[in-house]
Amino acid sequence: MAIATQNKALMFGYRAYIFAFFIFLAAPLIAAGTFAFNDSLFPSLPWQGFTLDWFFNDTEPKLGMFHDRRLLRGLYYSTVIGVMVSTLSVFVGTCNAFLFVRGEFPFKNVFYILMVLPLVIPGVILGISILVMASNIANGLEDGYNIELEFLRPGILLVVLGQFSFITTITSLVITARLKKFDYTMEEAALNLGASRWQVLRSVTLPFLRPAMVAAGIVAFLVSFENFNTTLFLVGSEAPLTITMFDRISKVGSTPVLNAVSFALIVGSGLLALISVLVQRDKTDG
Amino acid sequence: MQSDIKRLSLILLFAPFALWIVLLIIVPHIGMVVLSLKEKVAPRVYEYGFGNYIDFIQEPIYWNTLLRTGSMSILVTILALLIGFPIAYYIAKIAGNRSRGALFLLCLIPLWVSDLIRAFGWILLLRESGVLSSFLQDTGLVSQPIEFLYNDITVIVGLVYTVILFMIVPLVSTLDGMGDDMIEAGYNLGGSGFTVLRKIIVPYAMPGIVSGCIVVFMLTAGSYLTPILLGGKNSSWFTEQIYDQFITRFNWESGAAFGFLLLAFTTLVVWLGLKLTGQTLANTVAKS
Repeated sequence: MAIATQNKALMFGYRAYIFAFFIFLAAPLIAAGTFAFNDSLFPSLPWQGFTLDWFFNDTEPKLGMFHDRRLLRGLYYSTVIGVMVSTLSVFVGTCNAFLFVRGEFPFKNVFYILMVLPLVIPGVILGISILVMASNIANGLEDGYNIELEFLRPGILLVVLGQFSFITTITSLVITARLKKFDYTMEEAALNLGASRWQVLRSVTLPFLRPAMVAAGIVAFLVSFENFNTTLFLVGSEAPLTITMFDRISKVGSTPVLNAVSFALIVGSGLLALISVLVQRDKTDG
Repeated sequence: MQSDIKRLSLILLFAPFALWIVLLIIVPHIGMVVLSLKEKVAPRVYEYGFGNYIDFIQEPIYWNTLLRTGSMSILVTILALLIGFPIAYYIAKIAGNRSRGALFLLCLIPLWVSDLIRAFGWILLLRESGVLSSFLQDTGLVSQPIEFLYNDITVIVGLVYTVILFMIVPLVSTLDGMGDDMIEAGYNLGGSGFTVLRKIIVPYAMPGIVSGCIVVFMLTAGSYLTPILLGGKNSSWFTEQIYDQFITRFNWESGAAFGFLLLAFTTLVVWLGLKLTGQTLANTVAKS
């Protein structure tokens, strides 16, 4: 609208560029998803006809994803980890939002930068540093007191902590942005009407924050679900889905069952992302 | 009384924040640095020193890999900015109200699909028996299968693909806040398209540009999946060296030193970028 449109050809070229970009964006996703329906043992051309075997078939060699024990277990662990990370990080993120929007304390700006920092630390480094710390504690306890604490060894707890360490920044930023838009007079009105601080929080402020909290929770779940770099160093025997899939892709070579999983994940995360956008959009205009 | 309650609630709110930052960020990083200064002199006997860092300097493979990772990450960042800026500008300023939301959503959805699946998609398209190779053979352009994987160009394309949305999203939100009247004023005062871009649009979008560049650079330098899967085992990415030291060789001391070097190097690049553009971390990344 604002740019000078004197040159129609230029505009056409611009549109073509945008179109080409979206093709580029979609191509690998389409490739990863489509081969799930190819009736062949390999995810490559030629097209051998449509099948749903890679989802539902229960015998080798075409073992479908819903009968593949290792993939299902990976999916289960990913979900458990995702739910834990998203609950924890939304809780801490909400506290952080109140702390930074409402609180007044010295060095607030420094602390705020500390809060943002985990987002720009490479995930690999978060992974190794937490691994090193947990192992130091575990080794120290074992050598000094002969106590063996299994949960400090690579496993679900460390994966949750590792992911939580940077996902909390994301949830904090989302919820902080929402709390900044809050109209103080609403709280004052409730207080004047005789509500206690706790009642105000529960019936005025938190409901106002709810869309942002839900959206932040969904985003946290998605980021946790697909995280690889941090998880790689902290994973124990309970491998989440991305780790299981990476092992298959890099070692065994690929069969279309991986495409079936990809298809399910693309659709699933697309829907969740859509919900998180819609939840936030509905009420922000109000 | 009132101020006591305020102080108590401040402390209660501060506690989770402090626990998180201290226990999961500060202490682990200090631990990593301390570990990186340890040298194994005999089984279970350690001495403090800079041995691991000296090893790094003396072994060209190591620092070459770090420099390669760094320079390729900068290249990827520049490419992502050049490719992404027109897209963001289109979405924020040219697209109509209705198509804007749809286009933005189309950008967001791939963002939430795992890197692994996206890299897997590229493998299916580009490998020797992949879609592109078959297509070229079918059309008769080439007579033999072509391997598009396992070279630097593919790694760069794959990385740009993986991170470009992290460039576009902050750019769209910054450009969205710019009034059309500013651009029109630029034209009315006789500026050419290029002048308006250089003097008005880019300075206005600077926080978004810097924010996108920081996130993209960090993600690229710290990425593991895309270089490994698209570049093969010899992609020589620095995170691969870290993994190798930690998991394959079980040499945690040297792995920790590598981790610290990667962190120091990326921080230095980001710091230089902030200085050069006159931005701060608080008004860029923190806002997106």
